[in-house]
Amino acid sequence: METNKSEIRLMKGNEALAEAAIRAGLDAYFGYPITPQSEVLEYLTLEIPKRRGIVLQAESEVASINMIYGAAGAGARVMTSSSSPGMSLMQEGISYIAAAELPCLLVNVVRGGPGLGTIQPSQGDYFQATKGGGHGDYRLIVLAPSSVQEMCDFVFDGFKLAEKYRNPTLILSDGALGQMMEKVEFPGDGSLPHQIPAWATTGKKGRERNFITSLHMEPERMEEINLHLQRKYKEIEENEVRYETFEIDDAEIVLVAFGLPARICQKTVELARAKGIKAGLVRPITLFPFPKKIISDLSKKIDRFLVVELNAGQMVEDVMLAANGNCPVHFKGRMGGMLIQPEEVLEEIEKIVEESLTLNAGQE
Amino acid sequence: MPEEMLIDEMQCVYQKPGTLTDEYMHYCPGCGHAVAHKILMEVVEEMGLQEDIIGVAPVGCSVFAYNYMNIDMQEAAHGRASAVATGIKRVRPDKFVFSYQGDGDLAAIGTAETIHTINRGENILIVFINNGIYGMTGGQMAPTSLFGQKTSTSPYGRDVAHNGYPLKITELIAHLPGAYYVTRQAVHTPNTVRKFKKALNNAFEYQKLNKGTCFIEVVSNCPSGWKMTPKETLTYIEEKMLPEYPLGDIKVPTQNKN
Repeated sequence: METNKSEIRLMKGNEALAEAAIRAGLDAYFGYPITPQSEVLEYLTLEIPKRRGIVLQAESEVASINMIYGAAGAGARVMTSSSSPGMSLMQEGISYIAAAELPCLLVNVVRGGPGLGTIQPSQGDYFQATKGGGHGDYRLIVLAPSSVQEMCDFVFDGFKLAEKYRNPTLILSDGALGQMMEKVEFPGDGSLPHQIPAWATTGKKGRERNFITSLHMEPERMEEINLHLQRKYKEIEENEVRYETFEIDDAEIVLVAFGLPARICQKTVELARAKGIKAGLVRPITLFPFPKKIISDLSKKIDRFLVVELNAGQMVEDVMLAANGNCPVHFKGRMGGMLIQPEEVLEEIEKIVEESLTLNAGQE
Repeated sequence: MPEEMLIDEMQCVYQKPGTLTDEYMHYCPGCGHAVAHKILMEVVEEMGLQEDIIGVAPVGCSVFAYNYMNIDMQEAAHGRASAVATGIKRVRPDKFVFSYQGDGDLAAIGTAETIHTINRGENILIVFINNGIYGMTGGQMAPTSLFGQKTSTSPYGRDVAHNGYPLKITELIAHLPGAYYVTRQAVHTPNTVRKFKKALNNAFEYQKLNKGTCFIEVVSNCPSGWKMTPKETLTYIEEKMLPEYPLGDIKVPTQNKN
């Protein structure tokens, strides 16, 4: 297939992500079927044999992530994808990958949990994604798309960031984004060149041996490794924060939402403004590094935040930390695979505004 | 003082292979790992593979194999060495790839990866060191521990009614069409060492053919875990281990239909 030029197509989020991976120069994909992300593996097993790269259906997510470890360690550009229960199975391997500083792209098309849960969209894996997920002190770079176009774009950004920092990058999507169809524009092939890194295990031809490990028995050495990782995460926090804002200049109540709920909340802001409520929106694009500064700055000038998530309240904790008590932080969430409606968020805003008016009246 | 200054090259009849580093091995005195490492690296040197081979170390006593083998290596999570080796081989098919795993790693926590790697016929070598015990964690029962064997987690002896049977994973995987060469060897006598070396030679030759997985079990010992002197372990291997795990080829390429 001709893919050396850019192209506009109508596609599912999962398929757009898979197509983007091929165009981004994916060397190898290892994965295991799980709803609602199986289209990624299906698309790649269909397309890769006709184009370039390796695609392999593993016997489990545990095997997939360890194949990723091996292939990334051998210097290949690699990706795996799964959905919530499968991501849980991968956590040990992800910890090893983060510790050994292997670049790779991970994708979680989140479904409702806990447990086997449901196959409907959720953001219940925010903690797992942004706080490490597996054992030990490590972080993933986490990108949260809110459209099919970003399911494509963040593949390129994800590989770039992973390779720049030698750190796994996670695209935190959800079941709705994975399944819904939208217009998406792809770049042509070859826009993201890749060279085999010098540290990769490719056979010690003409150099000292390379080895990939996360084992350091001396506590002094292990602490050094940890300090090095923490410096890297700090550097990522300084350089890679991404977010979008909408109508925040004169806002009194600012919604904070990531992924698909951010699009829903944009509609809420419009509805609220039509009713004379000065609402605005901050949409974190990188969940790690979290956009602390804009939250902190806003907390000093607005009345309150309302965090909207498809979970029981996870990112709200990061918003509270960044707001640092400067203003109240409210939360509205849906769980178990339920989406949220713009009107539902508007009702919550009205309720909060009314409560604050009553409270103020009482104080006077 | 460097070794070469002490020994006249003309009189040197034996030396360690250049494919081993100068690192002191952490293995207990008398442990089969040291012999297996050395023979494996001798073969890598003699076959000229040092620059074209990538090894995978397991979790277990040989977790530090990458400290001793002077080749490119990766250290895998417990049980996942064959999945890691799969990842390497798939993206570097022109390189020789092997995993080196113990019985807990390969036949307990990593059983699924072991079976599926071989079932896919991954074109790698799996070296499986079977000493019937978890050495690194202090001598617990392994899937391959013998009937009645006393370990720190089978203090009254392995009871099959409670713990199940010694797992003959080598016989099990030999049934898989993806297995090209399956053999059981040992390293406790000069004769078994020579045969192990021959088996490694075969396995790397076969890897060039791209016909499937080669699997070499090495029946080995654990003086510390077995609570025996190294010499006593040799008798134990002969009298106890080998009747349960008989040496020899289990599947050779002439039996393969492909």
